[in-house]
Amino acid sequence: MNGEPETGRGYLEERGWRSWAYTMDHKRIGVMYLCTTIAFFFIGGIFALLLRLELLSPQAKYFSDHAYNVFFTLHGAMMIFLFIIPAIPSGLGNFFIPMHIGARDVAFPRLNLASYWIFVAGFLVVIASLVSPMDTGWTFYTPYSAKTGAAVATLSFGIFLIGMSSILTGLNFIVTIHMMRAPGMTWHRMPLFLWGMYATSIIQVIATPVVGVTFLLLAMERIFGVAFFDPSKGGDPVLFQHFFWFYSHPVVYVMILPAMGIISEVIPVFSRKPIFGYKAIAYSSLAIAFLGFLVWGHHMFTSGMSPLANAFFSFLTFFVAVPTAVKVFNWIATLYKGSITFEAPMLYALTFIFLFAVGGLTGPFLGALATDVQLHDTYFVVAHFHYTMMGGTVMGFFAGLHYWFPKMTGKMLNEKVARIAWALVFLGFNVTFFTMFITGFEGMPRRYAEYLPRYHVENVISSIGSAILAVGILVMFWNFLQGIRKGPPAPGNPWRALTLEWQTSSPPITENFPEIPVVTDWPYGYGEPKGRTA
Amino acid sequence: MTGHVEERTDPRVAFEAAKLGVWAFLATEVLLFGALFTAYTVFRIQYPQLFYEQHLKLNRILGTVNTLVLISSSLLVALGVNAIRRGKTRFMVICYGATVLLGAVFLCVKYVEWTEEFHKGLYPGTNIFFSLYFMMTGLHGIHVLAGMCVLAYVAVLAHRGRFSESYYTPVELSGLYWHFVDLVWIYLLPLLYLIG
Repeated sequence: MNGEPETGRGYLEERGWRSWAYTMDHKRIGVMYLCTTIAFFFIGGIFALLLRLELLSPQAKYFSDHAYNVFFTLHGAMMIFLFIIPAIPSGLGNFFIPMHIGARDVAFPRLNLASYWIFVAGFLVVIASLVSPMDTGWTFYTPYSAKTGAAVATLSFGIFLIGMSSILTGLNFIVTIHMMRAPGMTWHRMPLFLWGMYATSIIQVIATPVVGVTFLLLAMERIFGVAFFDPSKGGDPVLFQHFFWFYSHPVVYVMILPAMGIISEVIPVFSRKPIFGYKAIAYSSLAIAFLGFLVWGHHMFTSGMSPLANAFFSFLTFFVAVPTAVKVFNWIATLYKGSITFEAPMLYALTFIFLFAVGGLTGPFLGALATDVQLHDTYFVVAHFHYTMMGGTVMGFFAGLHYWFPKMTGKMLNEKVARIAWALVFLGFNVTFFTMFITGFEGMPRRYAEYLPRYHVENVISSIGSAILAVGILVMFWNFLQGIRKGPPAPGNPWRALTLEWQTSSPPITENFPEIPVVTDWPYGYGEPKGRTA
Repeated sequence: MTGHVEERTDPRVAFEAAKLGVWAFLATEVLLFGALFTAYTVFRIQYPQLFYEQHLKLNRILGTVNTLVLISSSLLVALGVNAIRRGKTRFMVICYGATVLLGAVFLCVKYVEWTEEFHKGLYPGTNIFFSLYFMMTGLHGIHVLAGMCVLAYVAVLAHRGRFSESYYTPVELSGLYWHFVDLVWIYLLPLLYLIG
């Protein structure tokens, strides 16, 4: 939009693998993260489809029980550690945090590259663990994980490395947001995506070391027989669950907060209205991050924890709903009387709100003690967290990919194909996972290759849904590839958005902006004649 | 294209950014050790008698010696940072070099202690107290080793004249890290050696 030099390919100008492997450009590092994590999304997805294939029949038909255990472990571990956790923060976050604050790069570009390669080392170790694949579920619960013949120590080490990469990225983002903001970019003029990313980074920095040391202890238990989780030597297997969930519950918000940030960007742009309740949305991100640290025990209601602790954790869990609902209501208020258009990013953003609301509202069933005892470890739980994780985070990720595709690649997408893909994804997702609420309510436990014949119909429906979902995702990514290969060139600001990344060329030049911008207003002044002074 | 940012960043902002980064990193370290301290608390409340009996098997004298070694090293680091602020590079290099040596002394003493314990048949898997002892001192030892590497590297850079009173960020920040490592030991000593 400005008079920047038209190189055409911007930051993508340089070619050859060296220009990528040694790059310190946050945009290229972000793209590398995106490609890597999307590859694991596909691998994890294939495991999911194999699970659904097996569940087509009540008896184990295609795979052994052990193979089934391996598949669901790898599906969970890969989707969580190699896709959902890094995809938005390290991928889209890397690309857009410096652009959003009007900086040329993150605070520590070298560290940024290092954390990418540590991530690569981590997933190579994870792949190496496949020689004796894990069968413990992604939660690694002791005592089984201390005894199984699977490569627990190797996989733990791989995840330790991935965690280290995630810590370094989070640390980099915190410092970047504190120190690198353009002149005039006050905290309350920052795009809400940054508030989400800031809260996320804090969780990553604080929670990840705990799971690191937990996996270290688990590995030590297997190698040297240390006694932390071994009751025969005075250890306590429940302590493992405490440590594990002290990380893994807050990390749920590492998954969802960046996605919420994306939604807060997309909704005002496609409603042509200022975001409603800017400060409420911004501070609710921090509130979620804070409360997220106090509720890990709700994963352990049936572990034999004291009833008093159960009651506290249950009570605190309901509190998390407050800041979450604050966000949802503010988005809806933003939509109210807006000039809404339904481009693909907006379709995914609205899908996010809808599916996340379903996922969120089924949370209280599990947060309340009495109902959780009935529903614990049933397909209801599977449906619940797929609605929040996939219906929430992944839909937010898709919204972000469609929204920022023109900026990242300099090409426009085929909108019609994108909408067809969206329809298939939406349909397939609901057919697959809504059915699971019913299956779970009827009592079918998760993590078994076989089930009673009376659950047969529901499982066939879920499997059909998963096939539709898979086709939808394939169409979407085929559309991305077509867009990169022969999409029409994108203008600097195709969505007429006000955040800074759209005020430079598409794709951006290596230094992001020809001149460091000076910020005079918040980025949500849509439909306001003169904007607001924040 | 490499380093296109460093050229443009205001040095004062760069210093503040680096400092914030190291403090955030220290927060992760606190949480890393925090998990072990939590486990310690849980198990000590559960087995007070066991902790008392087992801790008597540790060598208190060597533990105390090591404490003195680490506290002296922290003093040297502080003197070193103070020296570079006034541009006295030579003195700073001596301080950091001596700190690395004291770190090595600490690890040697630790080696003697561990060997002694192994000879008595005390291993990480012996009981919950020794699991904690070996994990906590082991993890701390790794941090000492890492700190020694960083300080040695900074000392070499200083010797080559890379720092002055106007630019000494790595000196100050590596010193900060060393103080943290020292501080962890100050907590480990009473928790492990001085229970009774």
